[in-house]
Amino acid sequence: MAKKEQEITVKDIEKGAVVTEPGSAERYRSGDWRSQRPIIDRSECIKCGFCFLYCPEGCVKQTKEGYFEPDMYYCKGCSICAVECPKKCIKMQEEKGK
Amino acid sequence: MHQNAGGEGKIAKRVGLEVSIAVAEAVKLADVDVVAAYPITPQTHIVEHLAELVANGELDAAYVPVESEHSAMSASLGAAAAGARAFTATAGQGLELMHEVLYAVSGMRLPIVMAVVNRALSAPISIWGDHSDVMSVRDAGWIQIFVENGQEAVDNVICAFRIAEDKDVLIPTMVNLDGFHLSHVIEPVTMPDEAGVGKFLPPLSYPFALRPDKPVTMGGFAPPGIYTEVKKGQEDALENSKKIVLKAWQEYGDIFGRYYHPVEHYRTEGMKTLLLTMGSYSETASLTIDRMRDKGMDVGLIRLRLWRPFPFDEIMQAVKGVDTLIVLDRAISFGGQGGPVGSELRSALYNLPKRPKVIDFIAGLGGRDVSPDDFENIVKRGMEMSRTDSIPAFQMYGVKE
Amino acid sequence: MVEATSDTVKMGRRLIPKQELFAPGHRACAGCAEALAVRLACKAIGPNTIIVNATGCMEVVSSQLPTTSWRVPWIHTLFENTGAVASGIEAARKTLVKKRGIPDGGTHVVAMAGDGGTTDIGLQALSGMLERGHDVLYICFDNEAYMNTGIQRSSSTPYGAATTTSPAGKVSIGQVTWKKDLPEIAAAHEIPYVATACPSYPFDLMDKVTRGLAARGPAYVHILSVCPTGWRCNPELAIKVGKLAVDTGVFPLYEIVSGVYNLTVNVPELKPVSDYLSLQGRFRHLSPENIKQIQERVNKKYAALRERVKLTHEGIVV
Repeated sequence: MAKKEQEITVKDIEKGAVVTEPGSAERYRSGDWRSQRPIIDRSECIKCGFCFLYCPEGCVKQTKEGYFEPDMYYCKGCSICAVECPKKCIKMQEEKGK
Repeated sequence: MHQNAGGEGKIAKRVGLEVSIAVAEAVKLADVDVVAAYPITPQTHIVEHLAELVANGELDAAYVPVESEHSAMSASLGAAAAGARAFTATAGQGLELMHEVLYAVSGMRLPIVMAVVNRALSAPISIWGDHSDVMSVRDAGWIQIFVENGQEAVDNVICAFRIAEDKDVLIPTMVNLDGFHLSHVIEPVTMPDEAGVGKFLPPLSYPFALRPDKPVTMGGFAPPGIYTEVKKGQEDALENSKKIVLKAWQEYGDIFGRYYHPVEHYRTEGMKTLLLTMGSYSETASLTIDRMRDKGMDVGLIRLRLWRPFPFDEIMQAVKGVDTLIVLDRAISFGGQGGPVGSELRSALYNLPKRPKVIDFIAGLGGRDVSPDDFENIVKRGMEMSRTDSIPAFQMYGVKE
Repeated sequence: MVEATSDTVKMGRRLIPKQELFAPGHRACAGCAEALAVRLACKAIGPNTIIVNATGCMEVVSSQLPTTSWRVPWIHTLFENTGAVASGIEAARKTLVKKRGIPDGGTHVVAMAGDGGTTDIGLQALSGMLERGHDVLYICFDNEAYMNTGIQRSSSTPYGAATTTSPAGKVSIGQVTWKKDLPEIAAAHEIPYVATACPSYPFDLMDKVTRGLAARGPAYVHILSVCPTGWRCNPELAIKVGKLAVDTGVFPLYEIVSGVYNLTVNVPELKPVSDYLSLQGRFRHLSPENIKQIQERVNKKYAALRERVKLTHEGIVV
């Protein structure tokens, strides 16, 4: 259901307001929140996976080569990955204006 | 007052049963899956007998002895959400304690059935019967039915499952029976047979049951742009449920020979004055009607059976040509313009070009009996008042001052 | 040697499922360790689960109509009845499997509630569920206040913490009572499994959730969830602060398996509590005297915990 809140009518709502599409909130671009973004230096990365594990959003994906990439659609810029990286190869960079 | 036929053309056995026990037996016939209940006078015999039935293997259900009524309705909610047929019972303070959960259940469209053994509310504490408990949950979005005797209690508990679980309804349903006056008396009851109930009540198939292969989210929060639409959907469903209530009562009658209606009539034909009652003292009122008619007084009795959704059409029909409607409320609405039933009736009739005068009496609070003499006094006073221009919003009958 | 699959991330000898049952796109604050705790718990719980959630932060950030962040069956009703709703679901499923032949896929029933919905308003329903022995894993996500409604105190708020309803002021140090010990209350119900956990020790957390699920009967896991917003610390330090809670002994990580205590993260030499307190604005008003008081209490309780580990391993009931 991609309707905005203001457009939703009685007919759009299931009985009991049950939501039948699992994970539909994934359409929400929480990445709009951030004021800084993580930049990973792959030359130092040991593919330990802790950035993936510690991300509260669960938005760090693993590439085919086994490196990790935070998904900018969701990343809120909390910097936990940068602080926890054992090799300190993640640096936070301020977001430029859109 | 009703034909007592057994199912499938057999002559069924009529037995003397305490009404609470009969209600529990009806729940057993409905083959519920989960009973989550907390004891409170005067409902205790219902939940005790259910516990016995489960303990003896006569009812295959999970009996969850919860630690409060709030949890009784919450556990019932969980059970219904998991797709199980859930039943609970309560009274008075217990109904109050589960108040917020009632709204959650109806908002979430879960088909729970509950027997409410109507009891007065504290303070002061009273274990005896009146309607103040159920009147405080008028707006909770439940289908609400009142019964007058043991047979009606049995029949309507079974009907309640059929109504609540209908895929076009999915609304929790409350069956109200008077505390002590019904719950604790022994009445003649014809228990419906299993085969008949099996024919009448299909198995439950709740469309959104919580299951890992079809993950749903229940109970999301509604921002202001959505809440109103959800409530409209709920109200539409409650209004539309009336069709299914009537259908279920018709089907029940066709199988078991006992028919129920939103408004029941007793000797109302051609009467200009009607008395309106709800619950067990309707039977006492009917005795009074007979007495008064023998004396040449023109009065009939209507009994409100379906309380929610409010049966506007049947009430309109019933008061056609009636000058005086004397309403008996068994609950008080403090500081308001009448007892709950009286004020709703006035409001329902307001827009009619020709409508009766509504004279509202409050009687029978906290278990006080309303005798045939009392009914006669009330009707006489009501008739007198109707001839004047000063009718109070309501009056409490029988107060010792 | 475990092999990585496309569905898992290999970390050491462990394979962590990639699937996010708690989908990204939720509205938790940046750096929310409670969201992380839920996410990690879900990795251990898996998709064959029904989750019952109390009103609170996690419910609100994940279930704004008309969408949901949940990829498992999930139900929220009210604030204080998680234990009761979970009991009803568990009882219903047991009956439906037996009576109506629905498949018994070993589906877990997991209750999730915050400290508000557990230690205060939800305590009765939890106690009832534990006493009746329902096969439910109850997880309390403890961010030490009613955070969702704006940082009001709960009985899980630690001594000396400033909240909006226990503010530090001229005549008050903030919360004047000590944190209610929910794991001990749960253990008093003699249930098979009780544990404390923290997402700063993620593998310990996931293992405890797994053990809680495996227990036959009720299990209770209490997870310290660092809340940078309410605790007034830098979001990027959410993991560090949680680790300090454990390493100073403020929040020891242990489990109680049928009455036997195990310290799952042993800290031979506790760091000073001031290391933990100094990173959080909610404690910044505390005097050296207050901090000394807290240190003494932590020392005493940690020693008592060690004693319980020793005694229960010797077969003595504590």
